[in-house]
Amino acid sequence: MSGAVAEASAPGQVIVKGRRSSLTRSRIRAAWLFVAPSLVVVALIAGWPLARTIWFSFTDASLNSLSEYEFIGLENYLANYDGEWFGILTEPDWWHSVWNTLWFTLVSVSLETVLGMVVALILNAAFPGRGLMRAVILIPWAIPTIVSAKMWNWMLHDQFGVINDLLLRIGLIAAPVPWTANADTALWAAVMVDVWKHTSFMALLILAALQMLPQDIYEAAKVDGVSPIRVFFRVTLPLIKSALLVAVIFRSLDAMRVFDLIYVLTSNAKETASMSVYARQQLVDFQEVGLGSAAATLIFLIIALVVVITLAAGRVRLGEDPR
Amino acid sequence: MKLLARAGFWLLVIVIALFALFPFYYAIISSFRSGSQLFSVAYWPERLDLTNYAAVFERQPFGRNILNSVIVSGAVVALSLGLGITAAYAFGRIAFRGRSLLLMTILAVSMFPQVAVLAGMFELIRAFGLYNTLPGLILANLMLTLPFTIWVLTTFMRDLPKEIEEAAFVDGATPWIVVRRVFLPLMAPAAVTTGLLAFIVSWNEFLFALTFTLTNERRTVPPAIALMSGSTAYELPWGTIMAGSVIVTIPIIALVLVFQRKIVAGLTAGAVKG
Repeated sequence: MSGAVAEASAPGQVIVKGRRSSLTRSRIRAAWLFVAPSLVVVALIAGWPLARTIWFSFTDASLNSLSEYEFIGLENYLANYDGEWFGILTEPDWWHSVWNTLWFTLVSVSLETVLGMVVALILNAAFPGRGLMRAVILIPWAIPTIVSAKMWNWMLHDQFGVINDLLLRIGLIAAPVPWTANADTALWAAVMVDVWKHTSFMALLILAALQMLPQDIYEAAKVDGVSPIRVFFRVTLPLIKSALLVAVIFRSLDAMRVFDLIYVLTSNAKETASMSVYARQQLVDFQEVGLGSAAATLIFLIIALVVVITLAAGRVRLGEDPR
Repeated sequence: MKLLARAGFWLLVIVIALFALFPFYYAIISSFRSGSQLFSVAYWPERLDLTNYAAVFERQPFGRNILNSVIVSGAVVALSLGLGITAAYAFGRIAFRGRSLLLMTILAVSMFPQVAVLAGMFELIRAFGLYNTLPGLILANLMLTLPFTIWVLTTFMRDLPKEIEEAAFVDGATPWIVVRRVFLPLMAPAAVTTGLLAFIVSWNEFLFALTFTLTNERRTVPPAIALMSGSTAYELPWGTIMAGSVIVTIPIIALVLVFQRKIVAGLTAGAVKG
């Protein structure tokens, strides 16, 4: 249609050109007006608070007197008094929470990837009730994390829990296990809930990639009599690699900032705290805004580092320039 | 052999379905049981005892908590969509300098760990006098929903045909009119998806709600459930906790099931594309 208009006014092409560029200019002006409110809000509620958190990490601020504090440099991170080291980097509890979080992320995301792949391959097959199954696996994802944590807390109850009852019935354990009370099993319990909740997310992302694969390769492989397992590792996996990597990155970032699940499941216990739980505990429960902010800043840096490393290693481009 | 494979396949389907559904099923059964019944494990519903459902509203302002959640999530959705659609129009359809950088910055915000902004956000909310108020929570939750709203809407916006817009401009429409008259109707399906995702995120949000509210009347549902206690220290409030959990989960599950296809499209648009 625009072509027709341009043709009709072909003699006055210069004028048309002039109008175009003024239109382009007015669109660019409009673009800035359109993005401005969002940018202001994002800067106000994400940029500014992040900057303040980083600033607080260099101060001795406490929660009840947030306006009175002193700049103390790196003391929240690391300081030396009379030959003794202080600061968060010397705290065993902090390193414990780092370890807990990394272990939790590694184990749950690995399990979610493998199980998500299995679920996605099943949902990719044509069978009656496929749509229903797709809806069914979305249910754990839809349930609020806090509710899942409470539900599983009840199911994992040491005396009246259904998990212990089931395991006793099939004879896998001889006595009820206090899943969430014991530091060794509590993190496994957290992994269990996370896998239950997020496998569907992984499966849906993998399924989306599977459904975009060209079918003729599979027909060719079938004609040649290649075994399905070989087809999976030689054809399917390489083709969905980048989609899989994006899904793994998204899940890992989510898992590394885990808070509610662990907070509720293991009732804020020190031994099983994740990095976010540790930081909030310093910040709110102990009112140590300086220390808590130092922990929060480190979490931010760790997550940023992981993003940069995975993006560089996988050569994945998350955002492409809009056409 | 083929029969065996078939049987194995269906067994796997059943196992997956059981794995996905059992915990919620068990929560529903538990919510109908009370007192000493909870000291034994049951796999089938025995009777429809609604004591826990009454108790959850009597013992604490749970109705108020639900209303708070509805207000917070509704406002967050409205604000995210309002800001997101206009921003997405600019990001998706207009080539201006700095566009990619801004989009990447916004994407980076959606990767922020929530706890990294907690101290600064606390100060901000107190400075605005919004501590222990719903507007405070609405403001905080925008940090979680606005970046991905902009991101997902931008990817949708990019895929719309160019011709519609050009025709409108030739007819002399301003960019603002184009957004309102041309894109808003076309964006309706995408807006429903993104709005729904934002609603779920906001409905489930726990860390901000726990930190920025103080009194039970101001709490949204997640901290209300997390902090639920029995009438005495010795009572196990599991029945009421499960009743509360079922109440707040059923509307979300209903929404997700109704909009299932759209949600999957939204999730994959946000994560896989690009």
